Amino acid sequence: MCMLSRNATFNSHGQDSSYFLGWQEYEKTPYHEVHNTNGIIQMGLAENQLCFDLLESWLAKNPEAAAFKKNGESIFAELALFQDYHGLPAFKKAMVDFMAEIRGNKVTFDPNHLVLTAGATSANETFIFCLADPGEVLLIPTPYYPGFDRDSKWRTGVAIVPIHCTSSNGFQITETALEEAYQEAEKRNLRVKGVLVTNPSNPLGTTMTRNELYLLLSFVEDKGIHLISDEIYSGTAFSTPSFRSVMEVLKDRNCDENSEVWQRVHVVYSLSKDLGLPGFRVGAIYSNDDMVVAAATKMSSFGLVSSQTQHLLSAMLSDRKLTKNYIAENHKRLKQRQKNLVSGLQKAGISCLNGNAGLFCWVDMRHLLRSNTFEAEMELWKKIVYEVHLNISPGSSCHCTEPGWFRVCFANLPERTLDLAMQRLKAFVGEYYNVPEVNGRSQSSHLSHSRGQSLRKWVSRLSFDDRCPIHGR
Amino acid sequence: MLSRKASCDSHGQDSSYFLGWQEYEKNPYDQVKNPNGIIQMGLAENQLSFDRIESWLASNPDALELKRNRESVFRELALFQDYNGFPAFKNEMVEFMANMRGNKVKFDPSKLVLTAGSTSANETLMFCLADPGEAFLLPIPYYPGFDRDLKWRTGVEIVPIKCTSENGYKITESALQEAYQQAQKFNLKVKGVLVTNPSNPLGTTMTRLELNHLIDFAMEKEIHIISDEIYSGTVFNSPSFISIAEALTERNLEDDEVWNRCHIVYSLSKDLGLPGFRVGMIYSNNQTVVSAATKMSSFGLVSSQTQYTLSQMLKDKKFTANYMKENQRRLKRRKEMLVCGLKGAGIRCLESNAGLFCWVDMRHLLRSNTFEAEKELWKKVVCEFGLNISPGSSCHCSEPGWFRMCFANMSEETLMVAMQRVKALVDSTIVHQQTGLSKSRWLKSKWVFQLASYEREPDR
Repeated sequence: MCMLSRNATFNSHGQDSSYFLGWQEYEKTPYHEVHNTNGIIQMGLAENQLCFDLLESWLAKNPEAAAFKKNGESIFAELALFQDYHGLPAFKKAMVDFMAEIRGNKVTFDPNHLVLTAGATSANETFIFCLADPGEVLLIPTPYYPGFDRDSKWRTGVAIVPIHCTSSNGFQITETALEEAYQEAEKRNLRVKGVLVTNPSNPLGTTMTRNELYLLLSFVEDKGIHLISDEIYSGTAFSTPSFRSVMEVLKDRNCDENSEVWQRVHVVYSLSKDLGLPGFRVGAIYSNDDMVVAAATKMSSFGLVSSQTQHLLSAMLSDRKLTKNYIAENHKRLKQRQKNLVSGLQKAGISCLNGNAGLFCWVDMRHLLRSNTFEAEMELWKKIVYEVHLNISPGSSCHCTEPGWFRVCFANLPERTLDLAMQRLKAFVGEYYNVPEVNGRSQSSHLSHSRGQSLRKWVSRLSFDDRCPIHGR
Repeated sequence: MLSRKASCDSHGQDSSYFLGWQEYEKNPYDQVKNPNGIIQMGLAENQLSFDRIESWLASNPDALELKRNRESVFRELALFQDYNGFPAFKNEMVEFMANMRGNKVKFDPSKLVLTAGSTSANETLMFCLADPGEAFLLPIPYYPGFDRDLKWRTGVEIVPIKCTSENGYKITESALQEAYQQAQKFNLKVKGVLVTNPSNPLGTTMTRLELNHLIDFAMEKEIHIISDEIYSGTVFNSPSFISIAEALTERNLEDDEVWNRCHIVYSLSKDLGLPGFRVGMIYSNNQTVVSAATKMSSFGLVSSQTQYTLSQMLKDKKFTANYMKENQRRLKRRKEMLVCGLKGAGIRCLESNAGLFCWVDMRHLLRSNTFEAEKELWKKVVCEFGLNISPGSSCHCSEPGWFRMCFANMSEETLMVAMQRVKALVDSTIVHQQTGLSKSRWLKSKWVFQLASYEREPDR
């Protein structure tokens, strides 16, 4: 009889959700331009593959950065031994400068308040360990990144209470929603420790308004709780309104180190989305609270960034010419790609939330639902995965309160694949929704023979095989 | 309004183990620039064979430049965040681990979980095997960092298995049983035993007998065994290293339940001297553990850049075989230098065959057989004689007067200077004892410092 912990045996890692299941299906038959043209196109992975050429060309011109050299001298031994959880000073300096640059230099960051972690996944969990005890609560606006269920709750024992946002106002956070969430927690006798927001938002692809940020600050000030602003998409804000960091708003409101709320506002950052480097595991915690910085620094022992990677990236990010050019070009390409997606969806009669950031669109497919229910959303999602051969993320996996919304990614695939995806979607909407409806179940009998065949070809028993190499926010 | 974890000090970082290191940081020895500074002998790093790795890297630029057959694989690596790990790297790792064990056991890459260092591996195993309030038994003396790694965020307790110098600190059947009963007395449910083999701080490998006692005990109590084998490549003398995997196979226990309750932790920080690269791993035959640990590794994955570079290096079997052999030869020589130097000062060590340190017997230098006297001696060694060594009490040793001294993190010349200082210390202690001087220092010291506390990253 094997005695394992509750952590190991329960499924509170959240990895049995549909978000991950769709990905598993994709893994079984991934689309390939040549080898598998009928395969599933991955549109559930929030990766930024649009600007690698800029980084590759920089690497080719700057071989020292990867080669453990500095001014022609080998620093291999120094790096091999460097495991200081305070981080490589040159890298932290480069990171805070880059973070400031992304924010138009309207705010600056102190490298002594930055804690490096192995990815934002580690940063978020570490923050929760520092700010909340088991059984306490974090409020998170819906819809939110499905991985938060694991990152914030699993090993920490902290609970999430949703702040319900709806399409009635573009999913913006309201005072009422904040209060309601807080009271919901109180009703359950749970102590609220803070609010976690993602700005720009995943899955919405929008930046928070000044009004929302002001509301949030007032709310956390009033309740005496923390605010964690996950700003990992801050470099992907490609359109107006421009990205506004919570740190900027603190400054606007003249909240400085003498104000209480100053100590309770924290930022999470990462290079996974802006630079497209999720494999390098570079995340960071930024806090004005010395105690949080101290505790998080010690905790980062459990997930330090490889010194080899710190060295490479400190050289890269210290090159201002590169960063300036990269930020501008990244915006340009993301904007164009989003435009292509939106236009393709429009041709299929599908609209999106007006997005100005991120690597995805928040797509409105409510009109394609059989009924305004999550069952109908699941049905539609399965059709899209198995018939249309597109892996997209259903809103329910993001805890959206309204059925029919889906997150569709646009920066992780070549343009021609995106075009193909849109063609498939258009064909699906055209064929499927032009067929006279009899009832939900016999819909398939009206399908053409070839469509029936492809349905049989793609239907497979959903298994819980643990092949999910998940991270793609 | 922070969590209890953030506000309390159960990270264990206020122990003397770390304080000595802080003093070193203020005044580090440098042969040229600061010859009176404190010599760091509290850091279990392996700096002896970098030249080998450096020269391999210089001859194999693809590995660092992230190329395969001169084609860039940057893009592929930049996107690779699969917590199942880079297949080429895992394949090389299991072969490397098998070679180190004389190929007496084979490992399956699908049972290997990569983590950001063994610090992460050990904590992750705790999260997988025990709930808050449950306990693991650890033989003393043990690595001080375990207090943080195993207990801090997991809420798991450590109950010591008492080992003494009487029998060379070997784990006995009765010590195991006593520890278990002690846990029961405190109403703590014991989930397993964690051993470090080769041992830190002892520098010795576990005997076959000890391993068998351990396995019998785990079978009887139906608990887990975690064998932290991060020093397995540093065995430079006989008896040769016996992994828990080998001990189990020898007894044909592959079909026994205990097979699913034995887990190995490994890392490249000690054998290859690469602590900065954060490469650790868990190996388990238990599918549920592998599955849960794999998901948990999301919180501390190994950089794909590093996985790639090391997969290329480990692929070169000729290089790794030569490296291991040369590394062991250099470690042996260096250890002998330390033992000889200490002997010259009338100080003995536990006889050891592995690790990056010696377990040194300074009991005869204590004013009294107490931990207060040990602390006094330790402060004298750090502050008056400029050597940062680790006092046994920081490793939870039950007998005062033992110290861990590292030998692989400095040059030979520096080790010689350290030995001279040890001789000076002993001479001063003898004179002190002979003339009955007060406890205050005999030598006018160049190295007096006031102990203060500030934070520093601990290291094994």
